[in-house]
Amino acid sequence: MAQSDTVEGVEGLAQDWSSDREAFRDVPWGKGMMWIFLLSDTFIFTTFLTGYMTVRLSATAPWPVPSEVFALTLFGESIPLILIAIMTFVLITSSGTMALAVNYGYRRDKRKTFWLMIATATLGAMFVGMQIFEWSKLISEGVRPWGNPMGAAQFGASFFMITGFHGLHVSIGVIYLLVVAFKVKRGDYDNRGYEIVEITGLYWHFVDLVWVFIFAFFYLW
Amino acid sequence: MAYADQDTGHHAGPDKFIWKYVWSQDHKVIAVQYGCTAIAVGILALVLSWLMRMQIGFPGSLEFIDPSAYYQYVTMHGMIMVIYLLTAFFLGGFGNYLIPLMCGARDMVFPFLNMLSYWFYLLSVLILLASYFVPGGPTGAGWTLYPPQSILQGTPGTDWGIILMLASLAVFIIAFTMGGLNYITTVLQARCRGLTLMRMPLTIWSIITATVLGLLAFPALFVSAIMLMFDRVLGTSFFMPYIVHMGQALETGGGSPVLFQHLFWFFGHPEVYIVALPAFGLVSDILSTHARKNIFGYRMMVWAILAIGGISFIVWAHHMYVSGMNLYLGYFFATTTLIIAIPTAIKVYNWTLTLWHGNIHLNTPMLFSIGFISTFLIGGLTGLFLGNVAVDIPLSDTYFVVAHFHMVMAIAPIMVVFAAIYHWYPKITGRMYNETLGVIHFWVTFVGTYLIYFPMHYLGFEGMPRRYYAYEGYEFISESAHSLNEFISVVAILVGVLQILFIINMLMSLKTGKLAGANPWNATTLEWQTPQTPPAHGNWGDELPVVYRWAYDYSVPGADEDFIPQNQPGELGDGREVGDDTGHSSGEGAPA
Ligand code: HEM
Ligand SMILES: [Cu+2]
Repeated sequence: MAQSDTVEGVEGLAQDWSSDREAFRDVPWGKGMMWIFLLSDTFIFTTFLTGYMTVRLSATAPWPVPSEVFALTLFGESIPLILIAIMTFVLITSSGTMALAVNYGYRRDKRKTFWLMIATATLGAMFVGMQIFEWSKLISEGVRPWGNPMGAAQFGASFFMITGFHGLHVSIGVIYLLVVAFKVKRGDYDNRGYEIVEITGLYWHFVDLVWVFIFAFFYLW
Repeated sequence: MAYADQDTGHHAGPDKFIWKYVWSQDHKVIAVQYGCTAIAVGILALVLSWLMRMQIGFPGSLEFIDPSAYYQYVTMHGMIMVIYLLTAFFLGGFGNYLIPLMCGARDMVFPFLNMLSYWFYLLSVLILLASYFVPGGPTGAGWTLYPPQSILQGTPGTDWGIILMLASLAVFIIAFTMGGLNYITTVLQARCRGLTLMRMPLTIWSIITATVLGLLAFPALFVSAIMLMFDRVLGTSFFMPYIVHMGQALETGGGSPVLFQHLFWFFGHPEVYIVALPAFGLVSDILSTHARKNIFGYRMMVWAILAIGGISFIVWAHHMYVSGMNLYLGYFFATTTLIIAIPTAIKVYNWTLTLWHGNIHLNTPMLFSIGFISTFLIGGLTGLFLGNVAVDIPLSDTYFVVAHFHMVMAIAPIMVVFAAIYHWYPKITGRMYNETLGVIHFWVTFVGTYLIYFPMHYLGFEGMPRRYYAYEGYEFISESAHSLNEFISVVAILVGVLQILFIINMLMSLKTGKLAGANPWNATTLEWQTPQTPPAHGNWGDELPVVYRWAYDYSVPGADEDFIPQNQPGELGDGREVGDDTGHSSGEGAPA
């Protein structure tokens, strides 16, 4: 193994792929599987966003202006997209704490890993909480999947569907994080290694990344 | 993690019947569960095709077939055949059985997930069948489920049928994803020593390529199912344009029905290859084994599989030439469609050249494989017709299309399903099937296929439309067309009933077939080299096999026998030292 360790670039890639046993060297099964799953999930979100963009173009009624719909009145002033900005900030911060958790996981610092994962999960839960707030606000203003007072019915339909599906991902991620965090604390991975923290992290970063696209295509367009 | 990563050490496996055969995590048991469930629903779909043929050949002879019932038969027949029979059988059945065995692994990498995959599949089948027991019955929207008609009143099954259909598809996709992730990870990361990618049997190459297609194409179906479900249940308008329905303007509107068609066919065309690619791979290995010759152009075959897989994602709109699409788009999709014929043709040439000067054993698997080449070729050629916009527009939605897709993606893969079942039956059960019955089954099916589908091309040219409940009283449909339809129906029902030969053969041989031994076909691939037949839990006894050569060392000059198993060391044929051309085969265990 020693000499092939050093081969890099295209040649190294070719060597890995033409090797026996493993096409991706030293990639644990769980991690490989998570990558493939995320690839598939990418197609799901891409399809959601493509569908949303198509109906936005096909809709005959005017599309509601996102910066007005998603404005919040704070201290007597209406600030566009303020809630979404905070939500995005929270989610991106959670990616940071997750990355730290992965790092401490590999250093086998169980206590720090545990608390950083808990912090990540808390930020995730905050995100979901704010989403619930946003949903209830819109619902109270009369936005429904099948129609809304501001314009094209497809607005509400796409909004609830896409943020709902993403919120579901975040919620599942929070549960996943909590389960893994408590197993870390219990020392379940002392023998098996701490890749699982990284695998959880992959999922979590993916969910964040998707949010960036939703943010760009839904709220900023 | 799973025990599958252990190089040595014997794992006894569970003893209790229920853990061994019902809630089993053994890939071989799961494969058989998948296969049997698929055959069971397949029989339902077959019976539905008889009912349709009765109505087409002998209109009104069965009183319970009213227009609604007819459309429900069409829909359920098409959907079951494509998704719940063929997809499930090739990937869940053969994929599960062959991947770990051919890769020299003890099992899939995550057996528990694999087991869940089957149970979710079963659940999806049950949800689908439940639609027969709800008010209004199953949906009659056609297997393409195009909105708006699929969710408007007037189409059978709009109350419950369509909801159950969409739910069932979503569950199926979840099941497929759990299995598919396993298949790919197993092939990429859990092969045995010496088994490089370019030594893998084509079966494995084609099954994982099909799985990748599935993982990237099913999302489009999943999302469109969710959106259609919203349109139906919540009254959203993703796919609903402004419609005046029975004199009343509907409240929905502003959506894009063509969006659904794009999403559906972005899934639908790769789906054709999800079914066809595994058939390609299996047939390659069967042909090579029974012709005692190496597969012609192995590398070319691998690249052709990958090329077909890739191109299949950019041809989808050839199903939509009549949907009102930009002409230049039609031009693009016609071009890609014709391009995909090139790697496909390469494969057909290579199969033929594999047979050339081979020592052909005309047993049942071989006969069915040749039957596959024949039907696939005919279906592929009519595909070239339909790929061209100008030819497709008059032929679209006629029986020419029905003939085309049945030849290429219904009958051809079914031929391979039969070939592969006969071929691997001795390994799965430990006993031989009855050869005489098998050969009769082949001739009945093969001749029957041509008698059923060949005349349909002619009917299509005459303009006989598909998905019609009644064909009487149209001037352009001639008298001879009606008598042809009678003929087709009689043959279809006869051939369908005679499939009982296959069932009888399979069931009887379980008891009375003569013992097969480990390697009745003198085949080279790893699954034939297991210490026990049928392979025990864990597949390989105490030690994992080591591979020294590719899968096609047949009739090697100078060898003692006319085949050299993949796990036999030596200089002859493709044999090389393990590690000669490999990056890191020096033997650290797989990471746990
Ligand atoms: C015994 C063999 C079979 C017979 C006699 C048969 C017969 C039929 C008939 C009569 C139709 C309806 C055509 C129409 O009215 O438009 C049909 C449709 C269809 N069949 Fe088959 N079929 C058979 C096997 C298969 C298999 C193995 C597949 C697997 C792919 C398949 C896939 C389809 C599909 C996708 C449709 C279209 C359904 C639709 O229009 O929504 N069939 N078949
Ligand atoms: Cu197609």
